[in-house]
Amino acid sequence: MGLENNIWESLPDVITVKLDAVINWARKSSIWPATFGLACCAIEMMNSVSARNDLSRFGAETFRASPRQADVMIVSGRVSRKMAPVLRRIYDQMPEPKWVISMGACATSGGVFDNYAIVQGVDKIVPVDIYIPGCPPRPEMLVHAITMLQEKIMSESVKDRKDTFEEESRHSVVPGTLPVTEGTALEREIEEEVAQNKAPRPYTVPSKHERRRSS
Amino acid sequence: MNEFAKELKAENADWVSEVKEALGETTITVPREAIVEVCASLKTNHGFDMLADLCGADRGPEEDPRFEVNYHLFSTKHHSRLRLKVILSEDDPHVNTVSGVWKTANWHERETYDLVGVIFDNHPDLRRILLPSDFDGHALRKDYPLRGYEPYSLT
Amino acid sequence: MGLENITEEVEFLDQPLESQMTLSMGPQHPSTHGVLRLDLRLDGELIVKAVPDIGYLHTGMEKLFEYKKYQQGIVITDRMDYLNPLGNNLAYVMAAEKLLELEIPERAQVIRVLMCELQRIASHMVWLGTHCLDIGAMSVFFFCFKEREKILNMIESASGGRLTPSYFRIGGLMMDLPAGFENRVRQFLDNFLDAMNTFETLVTGNTIWQARTKEIGIISGEDAIDYGLTGPCLRGSGVDVDLRRDNPYTGYETYDYDVCVEHDCDVWARFKVRMRECYESHKIVRQALDRLKPGPIKADAPKVVLPDRDDMRKHMDSLIHHFLIVAEGFNVPPGEVYHAIEASKGELGVYMKSNGGPKPERVHFRGPSFVNLQALPVMSEGEMVADVVAIIGSLDIVLGEIDR
Repeated sequence: MGLENNIWESLPDVITVKLDAVINWARKSSIWPATFGLACCAIEMMNSVSARNDLSRFGAETFRASPRQADVMIVSGRVSRKMAPVLRRIYDQMPEPKWVISMGACATSGGVFDNYAIVQGVDKIVPVDIYIPGCPPRPEMLVHAITMLQEKIMSESVKDRKDTFEEESRHSVVPGTLPVTEGTALEREIEEEVAQNKAPRPYTVPSKHERRRSS
Repeated sequence: MNEFAKELKAENADWVSEVKEALGETTITVPREAIVEVCASLKTNHGFDMLADLCGADRGPEEDPRFEVNYHLFSTKHHSRLRLKVILSEDDPHVNTVSGVWKTANWHERETYDLVGVIFDNHPDLRRILLPSDFDGHALRKDYPLRGYEPYSLT
Repeated sequence: MGLENITEEVEFLDQPLESQMTLSMGPQHPSTHGVLRLDLRLDGELIVKAVPDIGYLHTGMEKLFEYKKYQQGIVITDRMDYLNPLGNNLAYVMAAEKLLELEIPERAQVIRVLMCELQRIASHMVWLGTHCLDIGAMSVFFFCFKEREKILNMIESASGGRLTPSYFRIGGLMMDLPAGFENRVRQFLDNFLDAMNTFETLVTGNTIWQARTKEIGIISGEDAIDYGLTGPCLRGSGVDVDLRRDNPYTGYETYDYDVCVEHDCDVWARFKVRMRECYESHKIVRQALDRLKPGPIKADAPKVVLPDRDDMRKHMDSLIHHFLIVAEGFNVPPGEVYHAIEASKGELGVYMKSNGGPKPERVHFRGPSFVNLQALPVMSEGEMVADVVAIIGSLDIVLGEIDR
């Protein structure tokens, strides 16, 4: 699936290393965010594309309504328990390569809303690349996050994403259901390691509040 | 005493069980059997054509009666406000719906059912509105923990 | 009309009607202003039935209020209707003040009016921008956000927060206006009419805009009252109600302004009401600026209102009061109030019940968007799919307030 697999399978390492820079440059120069406005932060997200902050200077102004056309999901606001499966499904619908920016305190850790309705951190549902603090963050901080994401993209290699294809195809969601849970060989290994306390659980880092509660 | 409370009492003495005036607001406690008739009468005869708000409240599990439902009425003609209060016990938190009187009561009652757990009889569509349909319990009850029963996970 | 019996709905789904389809719109949709989900039953392009599904942003705020002290609750209200946070602050704070029976000094009242009307303009700017964006006029969005940015900067200079100011406190204000604030507002007001002119040229006179909004989303005055619509939605249906005039608060009865009423009952009427309200708010802000006189900004209630920093350094009792208010809060006499204000979207009511302690027993917010959205099925049935977007825009909903 995709360019990465073909290159990985058919071409030796030397050439992919050279290609990395080109592919990453192309990717970072036109990051298309998915419109995923949730709450207050969404207004600041809108503000960041407006006249004053002009996110298009960094190639990221084209907000796509369809996740199939988006590269980065900006989770802007609090994620409620009712919204969490929807968010996961939209993430699954985005094609690789994809990144997630967790915008604001609520998306990052639950913020002031430490209660029954809010998921305490979007990192329990999807892997997050960049966290932005603030309640809400200023538009400048979102612009900064985008540039940080670009740096991160430049440091990636197409080889790194080989495993994620497996995972993505496993997680492809049947409409109306939650993501599948049984797991690949890789994930079972991780599960075992987690069970023996050898490794931290990937993508489900317990939030500040939860750690406090469990201790 | 507030003129509307007086007129209401004159209309039917059973409709008004208590009238309280405090902080510039009038609260009329109404027996739950009469709430629909009282509302209909206030709407047609006294000009309270808008239901501004309807909300439930939980006084705490040790209180009896435990629940109350507040109806905040507003008139677009004479701009006065009135609060009706229905008191319900924990064993039997049923009250008749007023969505036949004002259509706006529909969602308010669904919200009250969802969060407080008061059941509105004869409601056309009494489902949860804010929380997912498989949610366990009623969140605004005092004995429901603030953080819910378990932390969220997708699986 | 409206939401019908659930059993009927299930039967409806069971019938394999060939010409009808169900379209799920949202919760992630660019034109639903957040995470609203609509179930649309379509016959071709006509809407047979629309059922809104909300709760995707349910935050449990009302529960959280019960666990926070009165003054801590102000912060939560900011996140409710995030386009009009100062209005939320005002409603919450005034409900608590009503319970405490506090007298607010004149200057604080004037500043409250001033800030709320500025915020109303900012809120209407977002509404206009997104409404136009939904219908297809993109450039208006940038102009609107330019104007709004100026207001946000002013609010930030006064309170320290752009979107979540928490500027009003129980018994007064957080702090006085900064130096040069009045001049900035005057400068903004001078340029604002030009900006409004731009909008009128771009939008109001635009024939495409008129074709998209006129005779769309009709709701009669009686229906509007029955469904509990408030604010511009109600006044767009020809009902002359404005709580600033009818149940006056913070001295609104002494200002000179018109209540905007339109009789067309459609999207166009609601659009015109909001556009005219911008001019009226502009008038009120000017009058409030003229009334600004030096004076205290906090009520004389040392057990409730935080003392000034200077006092704390000099007087022992101020220091003690400060410590007690911050550490333990203040007790509010038992009772219950319902206080309603005219927020930018309609009647924002707060029901607050106290049991005598430092935390409220129950706080309920009557969000105008929550009630206004309920009328969406009536407005949209029989219209085209593309018009639903226009109708949602004209309702000016904010999901943070609907789901709370």
